[in-house]
Amino acid sequence: MATFNLNINGATHEVDVDPTTPLLWVLRDHLNMVGTKYGCGIAQCGACTVHLGDVATRSCMLTVSSVGNQKITTIEGLSENGNHPVQKAWLEVDVPQCGYCQAGQIMTASALLKNNSNPTDEEIEMAMNGNICRCGTYTRIKKAIKTAANSENV
Amino acid sequence: MHTSKTKIGRRAFIKNTSLAGGGLVLGFSWIISCKNTSKQSGKALPKDWVEVNGYIKIAENGLVTIMSPNPEGGQNVKTSMPMIVADELDVDWRDVIVEQAPLNADAFRFQWLGGSQSIRRGWEGLRLAGATARHMLIEAAAKEWQVPFNEITTKGGVVSHKQSNKSAIYGELAAAAAQMQVPEEVQVKSIDDFQIIGTSKKNVDGLKIVTGQPLFGMDTHREGMLIAMIVHPPAFGLKLKSVDDTKARQMPGIKDIFTINVFNDDYEKAFFDTRTFNEVAVVVGNSTWEVMNAKKALKIECEPIESSTETRDRFGRKWEEHTPAGLESTDEHFALMGARAAEPGEVRRKDGDPERAFKNAANIIEASYTAPFLAHNCMEPMNFFADVTEDRAELVGPLQKPDLTEQTLSARLGMPIDKIDIQMTRLGGGYGRRSYAHWLVEAALISKKIKAPIKLIYTREDDMTDGIYRPSYQAKFRAGLDADNNLIAFHVKTGGIPQSPLAQNRFPAGAVANYLAEDWTIDTNLTVGSFRAPSSNFMASAEQSFLDEVAEAASKDPIEFRLELLGRAKADPVGENNDYDPDRYAGVLKLVREKSNWDTTNKNLHRGVSAYFCHNSYAAHVLDMVIQDGKPMVEKVTCAVDCGIVVNPDAATNLAEGGIVDGIGNALYGELTFKEGVPQKSNFDTYRMIRMAEAPKEIEVHFVDSDMAPTGLGEPTFPPIFAAVANALYKAKGERFYHQPYIKYLS
Ligand code: FES
Ligand code: FES
Repeated sequence: MATFNLNINGATHEVDVDPTTPLLWVLRDHLNMVGTKYGCGIAQCGACTVHLGDVATRSCMLTVSSVGNQKITTIEGLSENGNHPVQKAWLEVDVPQCGYCQAGQIMTASALLKNNSNPTDEEIEMAMNGNICRCGTYTRIKKAIKTAANSENV
Repeated sequence: MHTSKTKIGRRAFIKNTSLAGGGLVLGFSWIISCKNTSKQSGKALPKDWVEVNGYIKIAENGLVTIMSPNPEGGQNVKTSMPMIVADELDVDWRDVIVEQAPLNADAFRFQWLGGSQSIRRGWEGLRLAGATARHMLIEAAAKEWQVPFNEITTKGGVVSHKQSNKSAIYGELAAAAAQMQVPEEVQVKSIDDFQIIGTSKKNVDGLKIVTGQPLFGMDTHREGMLIAMIVHPPAFGLKLKSVDDTKARQMPGIKDIFTINVFNDDYEKAFFDTRTFNEVAVVVGNSTWEVMNAKKALKIECEPIESSTETRDRFGRKWEEHTPAGLESTDEHFALMGARAAEPGEVRRKDGDPERAFKNAANIIEASYTAPFLAHNCMEPMNFFADVTEDRAELVGPLQKPDLTEQTLSARLGMPIDKIDIQMTRLGGGYGRRSYAHWLVEAALISKKIKAPIKLIYTREDDMTDGIYRPSYQAKFRAGLDADNNLIAFHVKTGGIPQSPLAQNRFPAGAVANYLAEDWTIDTNLTVGSFRAPSSNFMASAEQSFLDEVAEAASKDPIEFRLELLGRAKADPVGENNDYDPDRYAGVLKLVREKSNWDTTNKNLHRGVSAYFCHNSYAAHVLDMVIQDGKPMVEKVTCAVDCGIVVNPDAATNLAEGGIVDGIGNALYGELTFKEGVPQKSNFDTYRMIRMAEAPKEIEVHFVDSDMAPTGLGEPTFPPIFAAVANALYKAKGERFYHQPYIKYLS
């Protein structure tokens, strides 16, 4: 066990956990921030995506000890009331089916748009390739990303 | 308007004002058996008084809460079912708040997610729920204003009487309405008067989903809750012999390690009680990570199972399930199926004289198809929360057949149903897998044993290697053409491990004078069950690929060829019990032909067509493929669906798109193989799922304009897309694809 001070969504959280614990389980089990999902545990599905700084990162294979004081953003902290342009676009296009993969999709998409405000189809496909959706909402996800890209202040 | 007799009968309606804090609760019989009141009194009400239930609460300010009875797993019923109630109630959709109804088997007959049945079976009851409440609100107004019932109108949650210039919002009349007699007959709207049904409404949980709020079973959290995981034998055909927990027990955060028997030996398993690994080891600890680590350190020793036969119960009908001993492998499965297919099958339907017709045929086309086992791979792995003591049980999580699972649990715990409280959460995908809720029973047993609330989590590896798989199938087809290229004989012989996928009365039965359908099965100790459009997901792929080949042999356009056959099935149907409507079937083919501009050609585009009828709905696809760097890419899918009235068009489109994408993925990549009983894939690094770049660039969904009662949509677009892929691949590659997953056979 060791103590870590994590900077999550603009607040500092102190946790006392095994240093090898993936950030995913620190969020879910220890901080009860359950918006970040478990899908595979081996960085293959993207359900657990958070932002580390500005970069989309799979939290299921990121040990808590490697986070340091980097800024973590989770789906809960992406915006105050779900009004991030990507979230708004998601609602406008009505993307989700079961919804389980969607937090991860949104985190990957919002990181993409932060670095590239007007991605091509190929760039979208490349960025989103690590996020699986068994329900098959890919065409809507792509449409929502374009909708968000075309909206102001991404 | 037309008058519809309430099938529910007056005694099934119970008025209860105590739940609503001044508002009106118009409920059906199950209200009185809600959790904090006695469920025993609910028992006194015979089950068949209630066909389907709705639940409406009206607040003084006019807000209306509508309960959505069925589990939500992505089919969007939590929006569309309440839409039906709201339309008949005649309220403004913006005033509607939707809540997930509790499980109540005394009242709801089909509180299920499965078989594309939620809307179909719910339709009438949901309309009556809304219409009945509206009727009583009008009666209340008539009484208060002393005006005739028939002069009163409603609109958007307001009751008005034009002649006396009186009006009131529903909230003002709610308390009085609750005092009214429940009508035996109510008027439901004529289809032309629908205001909400047929308009696109956004997912009622949309905001919660995109902001990551806890909606799923995995998100359940309680003070003092422990985490539990199971360890099952590594191979089908093995059972636990001993557990060495010396090391695991010492690991940090671990509370206990023990084994459980999911079902008792003398228990007669019901249809969804499938489980091969009856005894599993359990690790319980403080946190997920600690339990995952201890799980890896647990050593289990296994021994071979013996063959067994047990009697199981399928909704009152008994059947003998044979489980052979042995460690099974995929190669051997295919060899067995090949050998079995060479033997005669069980004849399920015979029209005319097929053998003679084949003898006289000018041209005979033959082909055989196979498909592998598939894992469901719901993105939310199996899980359940349980807090069970000696005399009560609380369970929270995602499942598809809650009432049936409740009965199973009641039997296992020896606890009456009224002491069991199962709360339904949103499902992170189901596709059939969450009908087989052995994990709920496991969670309950673990909680009871450890005397604490627990959340049982399957790791992805557990989820994939301890599955209830889609069976593996084989089908052999023969078609006989006469000298004029008419289809005069058709023969299908099919089977699977361990289930047959045959639907003998389905097209092209009824369209061919000489028709023979046979099937067979082979036992296995792998566990199988429903998987999005069970059986159809294979039969459609094989049959619709075969018809493409036969059309080509007959030098006919594949759509025209099907339409010809459907014309025959309509004009002069062969045999009886044909389970499809030739007009509706032809309707989707014609619509997809028009919308896809089928008759225009583009030599870079390889087009495949396919259509199927299952789960009461009709779907047809045209898939346009290009080959890029040797890889098949789907440019566009044009889809036509006839599912009757479409309640929520944009949500329906989403679901149709989902079936298409999921189907393309499974057709191209889906496969689980076994070696010596061991599943050869256990996570998404090896189990290939379709990803964004492989999904169609564009999907266009068209619904047949219909005033027929709605049928389901979760499944019907899924089965036919497999053959649309195969038929497009044929155009692209010049060779037929007979075996799934197609990617393996792409050179
Ligand atoms: S859970 Fe992290 S990528 Fe799947
Ligand atoms: S919406 Fe269900 S997995 Fe993506």
